[in-house]
Amino acid sequence: MSKDNQILEELTSKEYEHGWSVNYEADEAPIGLNEEIINWISAKKEEPQWLLEWRLKAFKTWQNMTEPEWANVTYPKIDLQSLRYYSAPKQDKKPKSLDEVDPELLQIYERLGINLNEQKKLQGIAVDAVLDSVSVGTTFKATLSKLGIIFCSFSEAVKEHPELVKKYLGSVVPMTDNYYAALNSAVFSDGSFCYIPKGVRCPMELSTYFRINAANTGQFERTLIVAEDEAYVSYLEGCTAPQRDENQLHAAVVEIYAAKNAEVKYSTVQNWFPGDKNGKGGIYNFVTKRGICAGDHSKISWTQVETGSAVTWKYPSCILKGDHSIGEFYSVAVTNNYQQADTGTKMIHIGKNTKSRIVSKGISAGKSQNSYRGQVQVMKRADNARNFSQCDSLLMGDRCGAHTFPYIDINNSSAKVEHEATTSKIGEDQLFYCNQRGISTEDAVALIVNGYAKEVLNQLPMEFAVEAQKLLALTLEGSVG
Amino acid sequence: MLTIKNLHASIEGTPILRGINLEVKAGEVHAIMGPNGSGKSTLASVLAGREEYEVTEGEVSFKGKDLLDLAPEDRAREGVFLAFQYPVEIPGVSSTNFLRTAVNQVREYRGLEALDAVKFLTMMKEKMKLVEIDQKLLSRSLNEGFSGGEKKRNEIFQMAMLEPTLSILDETDSGLDIDALRIVSNGVNQLKSKDNATIVVTHYQRLLDYIVPDYVHVLYKGKIVKSGTKELALELEEKGYDWIKEAVDSEATV
Repeated sequence: MSKDNQILEELTSKEYEHGWSVNYEADEAPIGLNEEIINWISAKKEEPQWLLEWRLKAFKTWQNMTEPEWANVTYPKIDLQSLRYYSAPKQDKKPKSLDEVDPELLQIYERLGINLNEQKKLQGIAVDAVLDSVSVGTTFKATLSKLGIIFCSFSEAVKEHPELVKKYLGSVVPMTDNYYAALNSAVFSDGSFCYIPKGVRCPMELSTYFRINAANTGQFERTLIVAEDEAYVSYLEGCTAPQRDENQLHAAVVEIYAAKNAEVKYSTVQNWFPGDKNGKGGIYNFVTKRGICAGDHSKISWTQVETGSAVTWKYPSCILKGDHSIGEFYSVAVTNNYQQADTGTKMIHIGKNTKSRIVSKGISAGKSQNSYRGQVQVMKRADNARNFSQCDSLLMGDRCGAHTFPYIDINNSSAKVEHEATTSKIGEDQLFYCNQRGISTEDAVALIVNGYAKEVLNQLPMEFAVEAQKLLALTLEGSVG
Repeated sequence: MLTIKNLHASIEGTPILRGINLEVKAGEVHAIMGPNGSGKSTLASVLAGREEYEVTEGEVSFKGKDLLDLAPEDRAREGVFLAFQYPVEIPGVSSTNFLRTAVNQVREYRGLEALDAVKFLTMMKEKMKLVEIDQKLLSRSLNEGFSGGEKKRNEIFQMAMLEPTLSILDETDSGLDIDALRIVSNGVNQLKSKDNATIVVTHYQRLLDYIVPDYVHVLYKGKIVKSGTKELALELEEKGYDWIKEAVDSEATV
């Protein structure tokens, strides 16, 4: 027993790998939230009048909303008036290409293992790097534009492709959708925009890498992905933040639009700072992600590996509007120490012969609380809708909690909905068996957990899968004792 | 190689082993027999280091080291292998992946280089023949959905891969039909050498027709009450355990 305690001690004191921060001169909005700040952000970004009006409308709506409290999480409320809503690294002039970006900023990403230098990049992944409130650079833009693919920062899209932004912004997640979505709509600063024209299969993975660096600053980014008829894209998202004592807010909105026969795969490896082992600090991750399968035979697939954040509140969802459209949600959510996660999905079947599949794997350790919350809704005219849901929970130790809240709402008698759920504990027997073959307890836990999460990890692009496996092991190190 | 002196062990305060003495030398095969509840499997578990059992007295030295002082994984790395009576399932982890992790951790402990994928597969192919195991089985989740016979064969296959110096087979014959018993025993016999030793824990004599022991010990109420050669096993098969129980129990009442 004493040996286990020692391992526990050693490993839980292991520091969050990305917990450093960099000092750079920043261009910041004054602290606080009001119409003036929104005007300030919009002016800073040289936005058109329609967008400013859109923001102000969202702000008005938000002022009449209250923070949701139905999630199975508890945390001290954030004073939204004490936050800063815009912070950007100061650059002498706007860089026209990556070569002009301040090398110091590029170094931040290099330290995170993300190389923004195209020449050096071997693997076919285009990256948009978002630091605090702005995008610092996007790679492979030229290569992609030859195919008609638009991949750029959200601000740039507002300037260069206003008609597309205007058409799709808020079309999947309306500004009135919920408290955090409304807040995001009012103050969002940057994010990524991606447009795949008709008939084009995007030849490389597109990815956004979010990094919060500044203190007391909220990150409110927006991602908008549009796939026209027969288009295909696989999109990746990664996130880290410095280690800080106070809680930081991240309230993003992601919207996906899939037209006829289009397919969008969206993968996230979320590794925001989870707070220290006593539950101090960490990111509040309150995110709205939704996709619409607007066209017939379209498909949207969400895959997420959630290991970070102090509190996660996130339900990537699919509206299956087109006939024969397919929605998928694959999730691994890990909580350790004092982390809390309330995550799941909504599958809304509207079209005929629509199918959805939900695979959720929760892993709780330490004193954490991990909840799956999911809704399957079959509308009246959604003949022959199919859903399969599988929600598994794995518990490590006896001080954590796993909860499942499935909601099923069926309005068409031809629907077939299946729900399977299991709860298990990492068995002493499994650990002893591994030990007896010479495998250390730490490696045994990693092996067992990766096996448990395999069905989800298999959905990730190769490179991300390896990263995710390491992250799972790292998050859970020292959690058996 | 293995010396057990006056070993006492209990589980949740109940004594199970009450003074075991045993000496196993390289090249030997020892059979531990005895009626249900005599402590056979406990002995196997205590040697492998299962935590539920508390050693209350006695000592065990293995190749000159204090075995009881080592963590279970280090005992394995030193060369102690336990073929489980009930092999454990690990969903989503293939036998191949599991074994590669195990083999390389053992090698690292012994100061050997890790095997790369090619070398590992070559070794696997070679050892697979020993227990006539199918490659398909090895790409499936470890022990999940395996038949009783497949699980036991997989145990012996793992033993072949890890090349232990002391193998403890805990009721490896239970749940095996005659063919599987022959295959498993053949595997064990082929792995025998003058440098390693085997302890066979079993209920029945029939396994010992295939794996011929040099010594047979009868365990009863947590003690070795009788030792002999393979003839003792035949005698037990014929007469059952009652005559031994009676002899021990009457001695105790005197």
